[in-house]
Amino acid sequence: MKLRSIEPISTKKVYFFSAFLIALLTGVAFFFMREKSVGDEIPDVVDFNFHVRPILSDRCFKCHGPDANKREAELRLDKEEGAFAALKDDPSHHVIVPGDPMASALYTRIVSADTSEMMPPPSSNLSLSKREIEILKKWIQQGAKYKKHWAFIPPAKSTVPEVDEDYNPRNEIDHFIFKKLDEVGLEPNGEADKNALLKRVCMDITGLPPTIEMQEKFLRDQSPNAYEKIVDELLTSKHYGEKMAIPWMDLARYADSHGYQDDGYRTMWPWRDWVIHAFNQNYPYSTFITWQLAGDLLANPSKEMFLATGFNRNHKITQEGGVIDEEYRIEYVTDRTNTFGKAFMSITLECAKCHDHKYDPVSQKDYFSMFAFFNQVPEKGLVGDIQLASPGDPPNMKITSEDVKTVMNFINKKDTSPVVVMVMKDSAGIRPTQVLRRGNYDQPTDTVEMNTPAGILGFNTAKFEKNRLGLAKWMIDPKNPLTSRVFVNRIWNEFFGRGLVKTVGDFGMQGELPSHPELLDWLAVDFMEKGWDIKRLVKMIVTSSTYRQSTKRSPEKLQADPENKYLSYYPRLRLSAELQRDLILSAAGILNKEIGGPSVKPYQPNGVWESTTSGRGELARYVQDKGEKLYRRGLYNFIKRTAPPPALLIMDASTRDQCEVTRSRTNTPLQALVLMNDPQVLEAARVLAQNTANLNVSAEEKLKKLFQLILCRQPNKKEMEMLQDYFTQEKNKFNQNKIKASSFIKAGEYKQIKTKDLGETAALMQINQLLFNLDETTVK
Amino acid sequence: MEQQEKEFRLNVTRRHFLTKAGLGLGGAALGGLLFKDQFMGVDSQAAMQLGVAQFAPKAKRIIYLFQNGAPSQLETFDHKPLLNKMHGEELPASIRMGQRLTGMTSNQEKFPLVGSTFNFAQYGQSGAWVSELFPHMASIVDDLCFIKTMHTEAINHDPALTFFQTGAQQGNRPSMGAWMSYGLGSENSNLPSYCVLLSRGRGNGQGVYSKLWTNGFLDSVHQGVVFSSGEDPVLYLNNPDGHDKQSRRDMLDMLAQFNASSFENIGDPEIKTRIQQYEMSYRMQSAVPELTDFSKESNTTIKLYGPDCLVPGTYAANCLLARKLSESGVRFVQLYHQGWDTHGNLEGDMRMQAEDVDRASAGLIKDLKQRGLLDETLVIWGGEFGRTNYCQGKLTKDSYGRDHHPKCFSLWMAGGGTKPGTVYGETDEFGYNIAKDPVSVHDFHATVLHLMGINHEQLTYKHLGRRYRLTDIAGEVVQGVIA
Repeated sequence: MKLRSIEPISTKKVYFFSAFLIALLTGVAFFFMREKSVGDEIPDVVDFNFHVRPILSDRCFKCHGPDANKREAELRLDKEEGAFAALKDDPSHHVIVPGDPMASALYTRIVSADTSEMMPPPSSNLSLSKREIEILKKWIQQGAKYKKHWAFIPPAKSTVPEVDEDYNPRNEIDHFIFKKLDEVGLEPNGEADKNALLKRVCMDITGLPPTIEMQEKFLRDQSPNAYEKIVDELLTSKHYGEKMAIPWMDLARYADSHGYQDDGYRTMWPWRDWVIHAFNQNYPYSTFITWQLAGDLLANPSKEMFLATGFNRNHKITQEGGVIDEEYRIEYVTDRTNTFGKAFMSITLECAKCHDHKYDPVSQKDYFSMFAFFNQVPEKGLVGDIQLASPGDPPNMKITSEDVKTVMNFINKKDTSPVVVMVMKDSAGIRPTQVLRRGNYDQPTDTVEMNTPAGILGFNTAKFEKNRLGLAKWMIDPKNPLTSRVFVNRIWNEFFGRGLVKTVGDFGMQGELPSHPELLDWLAVDFMEKGWDIKRLVKMIVTSSTYRQSTKRSPEKLQADPENKYLSYYPRLRLSAELQRDLILSAAGILNKEIGGPSVKPYQPNGVWESTTSGRGELARYVQDKGEKLYRRGLYNFIKRTAPPPALLIMDASTRDQCEVTRSRTNTPLQALVLMNDPQVLEAARVLAQNTANLNVSAEEKLKKLFQLILCRQPNKKEMEMLQDYFTQEKNKFNQNKIKASSFIKAGEYKQIKTKDLGETAALMQINQLLFNLDETTVK
Repeated sequence: MEQQEKEFRLNVTRRHFLTKAGLGLGGAALGGLLFKDQFMGVDSQAAMQLGVAQFAPKAKRIIYLFQNGAPSQLETFDHKPLLNKMHGEELPASIRMGQRLTGMTSNQEKFPLVGSTFNFAQYGQSGAWVSELFPHMASIVDDLCFIKTMHTEAINHDPALTFFQTGAQQGNRPSMGAWMSYGLGSENSNLPSYCVLLSRGRGNGQGVYSKLWTNGFLDSVHQGVVFSSGEDPVLYLNNPDGHDKQSRRDMLDMLAQFNASSFENIGDPEIKTRIQQYEMSYRMQSAVPELTDFSKESNTTIKLYGPDCLVPGTYAANCLLARKLSESGVRFVQLYHQGWDTHGNLEGDMRMQAEDVDRASAGLIKDLKQRGLLDETLVIWGGEFGRTNYCQGKLTKDSYGRDHHPKCFSLWMAGGGTKPGTVYGETDEFGYNIAKDPVSVHDFHATVLHLMGINHEQLTYKHLGRRYRLTDIAGEVVQGVIA
């Protein structure tokens, strides 16, 4: 039954009309055209995990869930025992009688019109839709079967489904995706054209656009594995590690300052260099996270292993004179614990700091049992005020020039003085950990041991040491239901702009259900079976036909699947803040491709640091870098937490205040202003114009070349005409006003390159500005 | 998951900054009303429950004059003659009641009480007490609604400021302005709905941080846009050298042609949105300089704010700009003025700070009133906590200082449906504890949202499994301050 069909006609008309109007005028049609979208039907077989629990969790568990302290009427609906029991205040009735909705108080209360009976109660501000009520009813009719939450059951590979060979499935991903498309009545798109595909895969793997040589070579190569060859080549590029490091830096809340009020300088950049190195070396994910969590606890740890543990010291540290030491020490341990939950397990552990988790099987005791692992660091809450603050509070390690020449040659340290990096270390004895009442640092209660939530996977002390190393082993244990799924999902999200579980940071009961549960599990198991091989996973994704689809979408597809959950086309995604910059500098030929090293301070509008600073510390004023440092990739931009680089922030970059696993993707006028007026972009346009002006080819050839550099494809005839018209118009204008032309081409500090024709140069620069701002340029 | 879907829609319809300009309805329609229209027939009633105008709002816009660093309640509005009588005597333990102290005074052996060096008098019909430092504010007390009994949980600047602005001491939660932008949208299609203005006084300053105007987990369109006194009033606003309005227009026309042809080929609605956003940026380029240009302001107006208002970047200039932004429909204008952290040399610092803010703060109220805007504009003046009634450091004949004090402090509100000429709440004779009618930061937020027509328990956003509110899990509307 489709619920929509019972709506009165008149309402529908208004709805359609406004949808049409909005579609026409703003282009945000997809929210309104839900008339025929898939997935609204009441399923034939109601599944607890997929249909019922999301409703119970979101609307009922707050008062009838795992949190014992907030439980009403001693009723819990998250467990069968509770749900099938007799009512406490009326033992003659039962909450749920399988097969009989009318005898089930759960059902009669949710359909009651009596406000004193009604569930959820009006005071909760929550309500159930007709469809949701129907689902609960049908579920009871069908026997009210409970299941464990999907994410807490270890993944298993299911049979790869058969699909129509006409769709050209290339690997298992395609089989699962195409099968689902078939089920919902959609067809996949055909393959994107070669140029578009090349740009996409280059931006996705290295974050840099293909050069003209690469474009031409790929177009010429007619061999069946031409694309695979490109993928292999890109995966060996050193820039792969840089691209992969960006989301990891968000997740690890990497920054170049301590955060909080005075926001002093810190030197964690060698840790960032290690992340790039680790991706480039293709360390198995299991190794990658073990070293970051517990490198210091491994037998005979190398310096590199110590360095990796910097992950857990990337949190903010205060230097505000008056703070209470213990309050902030607890804050740092909290940050580590919460980050662990969000980054590796996609579980909102932090919800259980003040009370038992309201939805997931994590009690407050569980929270502090996890907290205990991270509570062993000999650190201070406040090392000293900003005058005494160091770039790296203890425990820390010194990295010398000798280290960089030998055991850690991936660190780009040119300065001869050693650099200090904060790392992890545990104190000699065990610091007891107490449950803190309401999470307050000064209200310790019961002492707890290091442990993990049994509802996810118990901590078998015969197998795991009681320290962070044991925790790391617990994480990568094949029985751990989350680690592999979470990572595979995150990588998927990087390439498709949406996770198979959309809530990338929450696999708990309040998270969204996977769009393709069998695929997620298949990939998760396969990833573990193949040795947690990240490059292999990436290659599998980018060589799938699903990934290689074109971005074209018909109005029918937009209407049927507005969010493109089922991937009937490749989602056109705006490049991240860093990659937009990289693309522009790279196309202009001025990108400095150096890898790693201290973060840099490129152009930034005046006053961003100065208007916010307390005036103390060495980061009170922004001292812009000069020369080559102006042209580094976006990921090396210096992040001062209290005043992050505005151009990046406007493009949705993370503030690095805390662990972030997704960025929003907005479309705003401020972004337009950055792309049109940022000196960094103007300078790139200028240098490229000057170099192009000096080429000994026709104006048409010049325009074609610029287009190809920036858009990564040849212009079509119509585009070429438009470009030529605009070029002629601008050239005439600049020729008539040489003063304007010469002030226009002054942009940036990059050395001026002499050209013969000022008007032509300025017009070419204008062309570049236009091309940099095209929608197509900013997407992959 | 309809509730979730509603939140998603509310967030996403706002994802495209200033979206409704695209509907060609101009700046007249309220974001909330328009939003309702957009969802007519979907489930408009449910969408409304999200917090958009659940009842008639008393205020449409907010100007928040944040006094960063925490001005002393004992030198501004909370007159405590007992402290002058007991000057130099030890703070009784029965009054302190084990209150935790900051690291700056916790090692102090003595806690000598210190009376204010400034004279106080009562003003207006309401008889509100104001110290001699604020003659202009004193002249308008009958328009103000004082709360004497604010209290907070934090005792240091960073967490206290963050708590005041986001409802939590830690974590990157959305700020007040971001919540307003999310819940109510913008009234003006050419301006951001949330603007931030920064200034620095001559007293001891403590800095501000972008997390105070962060969008948190809401979309970044809800981030506060900082206006600066530099060349670009909004970052990246100005055209490059050698580029005039016409060349920009030409480029935009060309861009639109190219983008439209992409849209034809690909059919991605985001391309159309992008065309709109570029057009809006163009309109912003005209709208913003008109606002930051004070040359057309009358002498009478200038006099209200004081001559400093012609010096860009001063508090006075920001107050005038705030009025202009607010008048143009900006939902939330947030000012921060640094320099109130009077640990030592309190007398000198307070004089300078008061001199910088008194006239312009009062001028803003008068200006709004004469324009008939005060009724619909809520103005708030105050800091992040109070200051101790005892002296920090050694009490000498000519100098004293006060440490941070979370247990009571004063702020005032004006307009926007607050009760004028009111003094709400009482502190004890020592100016240390609250005697009557405490107001927590959550209560304050609940009240501000209420004035904007929003039930604070219903303006929620689900993030990582939890429904968040500005008021977290607390907050009671303070009926006593509402007209």
